[in-house]
Amino acid sequence: MNEILSMKNIIKSYHMGDEDQIILKGINFSVNKGEFVSILGPSGSGKSTMMNIIGCLDKPTSGEYKLNGESIDNLSEKELAHIRSREIGFIFQSFFLLSRLNALQNVELPLIYSGISPADRKTRALEMLEKVKLTNKIHNFPNQLSGGQQQRVAIARALANSPTILLADEPTGALDQKTGHAVMELFKALHAEGHTIIMITHDEHIAKNATRIVKILDGNLYEADDEIPDVD
Amino acid sequence: MFLENIKMSLQNVVNNKMRSFLTALGIIIGVASIISLITIMQIATNSITTQFNDLGAGKLVVSAPGTPLKKGLTDRDLQTISQIQGVTAVSPTLSLQATAVRGNIVEENITLEGKSNIYFDQNADIVALGRPLTKIDGENKALVCVINTDLQQLLFSNDDPIGKQLQIKDITYTVVGVLDPTVAGDVMNMVSQQRGTNNSDGKAIIPYQTAMVVAGIRGITSLEVIIDDPDNSTQISNNLEVALKQAFNDKDNSYSIINMDSLIETMNTMLSMMTSLLVGIASIALLVGGIGIMNMMLVSVTERTQEIGLRKALGAKPIQIQTQFIIESIFLSLLGGILGLILGLLISFVASRAMDLDFIVSASAIILGLGFSAGVGIVFGWMPARNASRLNPIDALRSN
Repeated sequence: MNEILSMKNIIKSYHMGDEDQIILKGINFSVNKGEFVSILGPSGSGKSTMMNIIGCLDKPTSGEYKLNGESIDNLSEKELAHIRSREIGFIFQSFFLLSRLNALQNVELPLIYSGISPADRKTRALEMLEKVKLTNKIHNFPNQLSGGQQQRVAIARALANSPTILLADEPTGALDQKTGHAVMELFKALHAEGHTIIMITHDEHIAKNATRIVKILDGNLYEADDEIPDVD
Repeated sequence: MFLENIKMSLQNVVNNKMRSFLTALGIIIGVASIISLITIMQIATNSITTQFNDLGAGKLVVSAPGTPLKKGLTDRDLQTISQIQGVTAVSPTLSLQATAVRGNIVEENITLEGKSNIYFDQNADIVALGRPLTKIDGENKALVCVINTDLQQLLFSNDDPIGKQLQIKDITYTVVGVLDPTVAGDVMNMVSQQRGTNNSDGKAIIPYQTAMVVAGIRGITSLEVIIDDPDNSTQISNNLEVALKQAFNDKDNSYSIINMDSLIETMNTMLSMMTSLLVGIASIALLVGGIGIMNMMLVSVTERTQEIGLRKALGAKPIQIQTQFIIESIFLSLLGGILGLILGLLISFVASRAMDLDFIVSASAIILGLGFSAGVGIVFGWMPARNASRLNPIDALRSN
């Protein structure tokens, strides 16, 4: 077993007025190296919060979260930034490319924050863009690229620091079916290369591209073979 | 990383050209007014103090009309004064109106001055042609004179007058030297030179001992006391006063002393006070400019919330975000500072031309201008930059 992510009894609650609202109700979850996992859930199920915690953008209220063997519970904001830079490659529904930077510069961005030298940055970014088959578009700005191309730039950016986990949040949500399908093919290819991918989605068809599907409902996580209790 | 920050900031400022320029305008106006005020004041101060220093540094100017019984100072009084500690020499002056004649050319109303060799020693470059009056000229009551170029023009046309003769008050003098018209020599000359009223006034200087005999005067009413150390001028002035009191039996209004060094000092203090006051007022413009920058940075942070969130998600540390925005703010205000500096120097250049003064660029003005604007960038950029660095990446990414 090559466990790179482990969550034990993760609880996340927010203060809403007078009462605490519990979003995650004791999640136990682990991912092995090289897995392609979908976290499937409807909106309001807690899957965004789940993603934020996996991506070290947020800390759980209680419970233990280990990433690559390292506990992140007591880390400072600065240390969390370092973890994000090294361990997580984010892919967002709406791509989040910086409009003033061209494709190459967008891919270089995370490399700046991980302290890679300018020359190495460029080599690395070009390599990543080649991987997503955008070598001919490196000088294009986001508004000169189609949605699918933009998402491929975002994937190249996520891959740039060779992160432990690729964390995708509704990666096809802003794409039409055909381009969405192409992006999924790219994910499968990356998985075949040995990348670990966690994909958060509400779309069952998209989720099926993964090799393992977990469901999140009302703050609880269920493996595929778990019995899901009636909410009523 | 630092280089990246600079590049990113630069890009952002360039991308919002109009907005950046308008924001920087506050700083441009502030820095330009400070720089031009400082430079103009410095130019004026410099020119005034050099003129006064040329004339008055290390001198006490004494006017001693004396009493009805004793008009002016005697040779013995001068002796006493020259023995006061710190006094290096005494240069008496006598001045009267006279008529100069050469052949059939008659020139009325020329100024005849009696001076000692000390005057010429003190103003080494005052004689342009020939020689100055010497101590021996004075002791011998010699009939020699040094004339100014106006008198040279009037009596000798453009001929070399050295060794030639002229008559003043029916006495024949030999011309030994010609004054340099560009050297003022003393305060009165400077004033008349600047007013341009001295243009056609002939002047001849003869040994004061000769002048006293010619004019039938027994006392010296005007003299300059040369002192060794300007810092000591007050002390020497006090001792001089004691000597003058004794000479005139403590009578009111029998004498007055002008201490040039303390005059210069007072003037410098006043000028620098005025400079501080003006710069203080101009600083308000800089303050307003700084607030403009802060406002623009706050807008910029709000506009780029999503970008900040993304950068954080990609691994940017809070300090890196803060640095990026601070650099942007410094860059913006420094840009304003540089433009303001150029504008300010331009204004002071034009002003110095208009006042007919030498234009000087002082290093302190440049350092002040750039330092001030960079400081404004840091101070007013700090708060928006900190706000940016504290944004929660989740909220920032969610914002639209």
